[in-house]
Amino acid sequence: MAEANAPLLSLRGLTRRFGGLTAVDGIDLDLAKGGLVSIIGPNGAGKTTLFNLVTGLDRPDAGEVRFEGQDITGLSPERLAAQGIARTFQLGRVFGNLSVMDNVLIGAHTRLRAVKPAVPVIGPLLELGLALLRPASVKAEEERLRDDVKAIVARFGERLLPRIDQPAYSLSYANRRRVEIARALALKPRLLLLDEPTAGMNPSETAEMQALVAELKTEGLTILLIEHKLEMVMQLSDRVIVMDEGKKIAEGPGEQVRTDPKVIEAYLGHGLSGAAEQENAA
Amino acid sequence: MSSWLDYTINGLIVGNVYALVAVGLALIFGVSRLINFAQGSIYLVGAYIGWVAVVQLHTPLPLTIILVAVVAALVGLIIERFGLRPLQNSVRIAPLLATIGISFVLDQLVMLTFSPNPRALPSQLPDVRFQVGGGTIGPLDLLIAGVGITSALLLFVFLRYSKLGWAVRAASQDRDAAMQMGVDVNRVNQAVFGIAAALGGVSGMLVGMYYNQIDTAMSLQATLKGVVAEVVGGAGNVPGAVVGSLLLGLVESYGVAVFGTSYRNLFAFLLLVVVLVLRPNGLFASARQAPPEPLTGTFIAPSRPLRIPCWALSAAVAVFAILPLLPVSFYVLQTLINAWLLGMLALSLTLVAGTIGQVSLGHAALLAIGAYTSALLSLTLNLPVGLAIIAGGLMSAALGTILISPSFRLRGHYVSIATLAIGEIVSLVILNWESVTRGPIGISGIPPLSLFGYDLISPASIYWFAFAVMVVLALLQARLLSSHLGRSFRAIRDDDIAARAYGLSLNRYKSLAFIFGGFAAGVSGGIAAHLYSYINHETFNTQQSILALTVVILGGLGNVVGAIVGAVALVGLPEVFRIAAEYRILIYGIVLLLLVRFRPQGLLGTI
Ligand SMILES: Nc1ncnc2c1ncn2[C@@H]1O[C@H](COP(=O)(O)OP(=O)(O)OP(=O)(O)O)[C@@H](O)[C@H]1O
Ligand SMILES: [Mg+2]
Repeated sequence: MAEANAPLLSLRGLTRRFGGLTAVDGIDLDLAKGGLVSIIGPNGAGKTTLFNLVTGLDRPDAGEVRFEGQDITGLSPERLAAQGIARTFQLGRVFGNLSVMDNVLIGAHTRLRAVKPAVPVIGPLLELGLALLRPASVKAEEERLRDDVKAIVARFGERLLPRIDQPAYSLSYANRRRVEIARALALKPRLLLLDEPTAGMNPSETAEMQALVAELKTEGLTILLIEHKLEMVMQLSDRVIVMDEGKKIAEGPGEQVRTDPKVIEAYLGHGLSGAAEQENAA
Repeated sequence: MSSWLDYTINGLIVGNVYALVAVGLALIFGVSRLINFAQGSIYLVGAYIGWVAVVQLHTPLPLTIILVAVVAALVGLIIERFGLRPLQNSVRIAPLLATIGISFVLDQLVMLTFSPNPRALPSQLPDVRFQVGGGTIGPLDLLIAGVGITSALLLFVFLRYSKLGWAVRAASQDRDAAMQMGVDVNRVNQAVFGIAAALGGVSGMLVGMYYNQIDTAMSLQATLKGVVAEVVGGAGNVPGAVVGSLLLGLVESYGVAVFGTSYRNLFAFLLLVVVLVLRPNGLFASARQAPPEPLTGTFIAPSRPLRIPCWALSAAVAVFAILPLLPVSFYVLQTLINAWLLGMLALSLTLVAGTIGQVSLGHAALLAIGAYTSALLSLTLNLPVGLAIIAGGLMSAALGTILISPSFRLRGHYVSIATLAIGEIVSLVILNWESVTRGPIGISGIPPLSLFGYDLISPASIYWFAFAVMVVLALLQARLLSSHLGRSFRAIRDDDIAARAYGLSLNRYKSLAFIFGGFAAGVSGGIAAHLYSYINHETFNTQQSILALTVVILGGLGNVVGAIVGAVALVGLPEVFRIAAEYRILIYGIVLLLLVRFRPQGLLGTI
């Protein structure tokens, strides 16, 4: 089992408080290279906040985040993206006025080399100069990335490819979610965090998305997944972590967690919201 | 000799006046997350209503106060109903631009009605001073303190004990939740704008009486001071706004005591910049709060830009290039030279405000930096004018970016405030740094434009020079937009959080945008300096910043061709229709308002 390897991502005692509310409360988590761990829990459990802490969009009040053994707690999101951590956003944050192509190219931003020489101090000025002059190396790099983007977009079949030059605001909701995932893939991530990738999708779209995530997993990508649709979670995950009111209340293989009385209690306690609701519907 | 106690009393009194403005701003920000740039204009209206009441109607003081409050409140209600309510569901930039436009329209209306000359506003109170400890205090001080405390009490009672007040508090805590509970947001907005305007109007009248003088420049100053106080106290925080105002009053008063009157505003704006940098949520906010995900709505209006075919653009450039060879009058060339200069400024602003979404209200400062640099270098070092202009552009790029950099971590309306303040700081420094800038006298005898040793004197040669520079800048900018920087800038504008999550450093790219844009604006200012041959600290003022903003909105945010088309339209049309100069600003304001309301994407579309 992959679990035996040294973890790619490990969280220890991660905590974030908002005023009187502890949104994330002492979370420990280990994610092995190539593994897929899902985080489930009722609305407001703190799942998205946990993602924000891991990706540097928010800073923990206590605890640490280690990536490949390195302490990355409190690093800026820019630095973390450069280290190969990519995420999608629960409510969708595509760049509305950018075309699908440009949206996904932004995902590849950390891979720009020719046009972004790693020179201190005058680096940004060189970048400006190179962007205006565009020597052959810069052009070639841009072409390579564009080809890459086309290949990534093609993974979504005919859903996105014909719309690659359209602005993102004109896409359907499901397509915008796909653009987000394409953008994350363009980073060539070593760790991918997906925040409810199938929110608002119908069953056939959900099935497509599940197939894609499964494919990414077989390709060896390490994935942390937040998802309310339990069927999908059960089929994809090596391990499931259940959060409630900021705390981890259960952890283990899907089936075991599913029947855990504490988990059922947590969902019932929150008025059949979130996952329980999804499950009932299924 | 004034004692420290006097300065303290003065600081508290002035602070009290600021508080009346700032509390209104805080109320409005609380319920609609909007910084009302028109607040200073209502204050101006209040001052002039007070003047009409006192000088022409001879009303007794209590009646004057009531009259001012009622008329100002009406103006506030009109602004809310016709200026802002129609924009409720539009993009985030729209209400910001609308209050800027409203402010210009109101200021101009007051100016056209009453003339820009200052007027005396007698206080109707006996001119005595009482001895208090080591200082003195007069009846007007007591009146201001009384009005301040009474307003605070009334406001407290309203917010705490009335149903509408409860709704206001609910809406400012969580607007969506309040709406779900049946709070009528329109009524809340009405209440808040009415109260804010009444307080602002009375404040303007009191200040007029305090200095026994009113003039139309009061408006911008009041907006700035009110905003400083409000931001210091924490945007949307009503008690915070009061404390922030008193603090601002004291800082200014003590600053004046130590350094002299001409530094008064400098302290206010430095306080603002320091607070924005160190504690952007105000002095009393809890340390750090990540914005909840996501920010609602998009910043600029989505649109498909009009594609203009290449041949059409080339043809247009060719026509304008041969224009001086045709029998056109000097007047036409002169007008178009102005349009090209404004076009360069608009190119700069459309990049900064449109492409990367930093709505700068202090862009004229970049012109000033370029102009002063170029003028001084050519005068004192005898640098050839062509080189001096380029140096002006580079200085504007460098200095402008450094000055603006404290605002890089801010978003939306705060950027506008910070740039407005930084613009004011630049013009105050120019005014006060006499050894370099020659202070209020200005710089005269600036050598004319010249290129490779040949003076450009004839209108045609000046025309060609300005046109060529603008076309080169436009081509460079178009090339920039088609590079990876173009998409990076636009991504930051559309969603800076997502951009950061994908490795885009906001500081780096905002700096690059300001460097590029600063250069274009600096070159424009440099050319203007050699064209005018005389400049002073007022040559490049906020009106030009607003004009440039109108041009940019008219052409379409981020749109290079649009910036130039907009510049030609806004410079040319008033000439075609022979509109008198004093009405132009009014018309620019109205154009801005109409655009925001009916065509937010501009003529050629946002990019
Ligand atoms: N920036 C913030 N400021 C204050 N409170 C916040 C902030 N962000 C999140 N919270 C609170 O923290 C708690 C956890 O929120 P979070 O978004 O992490 O939950 P979640 O598990 O992702 O829920 P959902 O399933 O609805 O997405 C909630 O009570 C939320 O209101
Ligand atoms: Mg969530």
